[in-house]
Amino acid sequence: MDKGLTLLNIAGFTVGDTLLELSYLVAALLFVVGLKMLSHPETARRGNLWAFGGMALAMVTTLLLHKQNGEGIPLTNIWIILAAIGVGAAIGWMVARKVKMTAMPQLVSLYNATGGGASMLVALLEYPAAAAGNVGSILVTVLGLIIGSIAFSGSLIAFGKLDGRVGDIMKPFMTYLNLVLMVLTLGLGAFIVVSPNPPAEMIWAIYALFGLSLVYGVMFVMPIGGADMPVVISLLNSFTGIAAAMAGFIYNNQAMILGGILVGAAGMILTLLMCKAMNRSLINVIVGAFGGGPSSIGGEQGTIKEINLSDAAVLLSYSQRIVIIPGYGLAVAQAQHIAQELDELLEGKGVEVKYAIHPVAGRMPGHMNVLLAEADVPYEKLVEMDDINPDMPNVDVAIVVGANDVVNPAAYNDPGSPIYGMPIIDAHLAKNIIIMKRGMGKGYAGIENELFFNDKTRMLFGDAKSSIQKLVTEIKSM
Amino acid sequence: MEQILQYFFEYKEAIFIIALSIFLGIEVISNVPAVLHTPLMSGANAISGVIIIGGIILVGHADLSSFSLDLVLGILALIFGTLNVVGGFAVTDRMLEMFKKKKK
Repeated sequence: MDKGLTLLNIAGFTVGDTLLELSYLVAALLFVVGLKMLSHPETARRGNLWAFGGMALAMVTTLLLHKQNGEGIPLTNIWIILAAIGVGAAIGWMVARKVKMTAMPQLVSLYNATGGGASMLVALLEYPAAAAGNVGSILVTVLGLIIGSIAFSGSLIAFGKLDGRVGDIMKPFMTYLNLVLMVLTLGLGAFIVVSPNPPAEMIWAIYALFGLSLVYGVMFVMPIGGADMPVVISLLNSFTGIAAAMAGFIYNNQAMILGGILVGAAGMILTLLMCKAMNRSLINVIVGAFGGGPSSIGGEQGTIKEINLSDAAVLLSYSQRIVIIPGYGLAVAQAQHIAQELDELLEGKGVEVKYAIHPVAGRMPGHMNVLLAEADVPYEKLVEMDDINPDMPNVDVAIVVGANDVVNPAAYNDPGSPIYGMPIIDAHLAKNIIIMKRGMGKGYAGIENELFFNDKTRMLFGDAKSSIQKLVTEIKSM
Repeated sequence: MEQILQYFFEYKEAIFIIALSIFLGIEVISNVPAVLHTPLMSGANAISGVIIIGGIILVGHADLSSFSLDLVLGILALIFGTLNVVGGFAVTDRMLEMFKKKKK
């Protein structure tokens, strides 16, 4: 009894606050465990659910138990909060249910923009309160505002690009302009943090910083080319996490800090993984040295050999092992379902069919896997680059569908090539190569692909979907 | 400078959490198979919607006696945050559902 009383006398202790902190602890643990489970195929779906459970718990207990620091005032405006959450949840749910799998990168960018946008608004609105504190609290608010705003406008531009609404604009001066913008943004941020002026006089500076960061986000993503999108999406994802963690500092909320940093670190790992898959540094991607300008590639090109449908049908039907190498062209043509049909047809004839997936195939990390899963391609048939390459010499036919740079042998043998050193799928080692392309256009890197001129290569021109469709019909009629 | 040190002292627990979470994040994500890159990223993206807690606190303590730009922006932050959370988890679940189907 006495003991209980002394416990209750500890300064600032209330049962509600303790329950709230405990629920944040549970939420944080659920984030960690959920993320861990998300990285294993067996447990991924449950992991996602657990993380969502953590989020729901944190939201509910915050609504019920949060008190204004020290003053014990409970939350008001509950109905407004619930209404706003209802609107967001309804829209988010409906869009998530309806979106096409090919549009997944756009949607992830859009949701990333909303996360960054929320962090940016919270930082903006909390500035007056934070400014009443010390330099540290101003620092985290300013960082949250800068990073959140960049994530917001950058993700919106990424969305526009992936959705085909915004083109790549790359001018040489933009590198310098971006450098200037970055210095200005950081400079203004630093000025706000160290300035001795009272907060009321700094509001203009905060809004200026807000605007500047938004502009920088736009300019930062604008020059980045389509093939680098997986890197940028991962990076922006990481930014959103860091921005949320900064806001966690504002509220001294451990669940927000841990959740945010967890996402920030995970996003950064994926970013570096994607860079490695393209053999480029992060700086190189951001500065955009690729550009697609005239490269050193020249030399004799040889001749292109086409293949007609019936020859292709015969070749495929009498093969033993076939590897399909899909690229973004397959996604654009929505050819994943028909590719699966071809695969099933050939399997029926005793042909072994596998898919070789390059880490950066598609428009976001792992995008190709999602598309093929949607088309009911069994998980075991998707083989990663490093596992398929040693096997390529035993493959009778490699079918390249809408991929280009990821099978370009220049990565091995042309030190002058912009993609030199990038790991590729060794399609050139297969006994026969069929390349499905719409035309003789160059890949994103804007360079010739000597694979097209290889003696073993036959071209099958046309839209990937209709080409495969015709091929299926042809094989069926054999 | 002294103020920053003071802030560090005041928030030492939070700074510990940051340092440890970075390693945790790296550790949890390492060795993830390429198949799961997209769902993992979209799931992680949904977790960054934890900013919604901030949105709830912000609007929950806003003064409603007069209509203000701050309130509108606060409500917008809430809507954004929920979009991120609900949309992110829902779309991740939909993707993973497709993987599951195939396993049979």
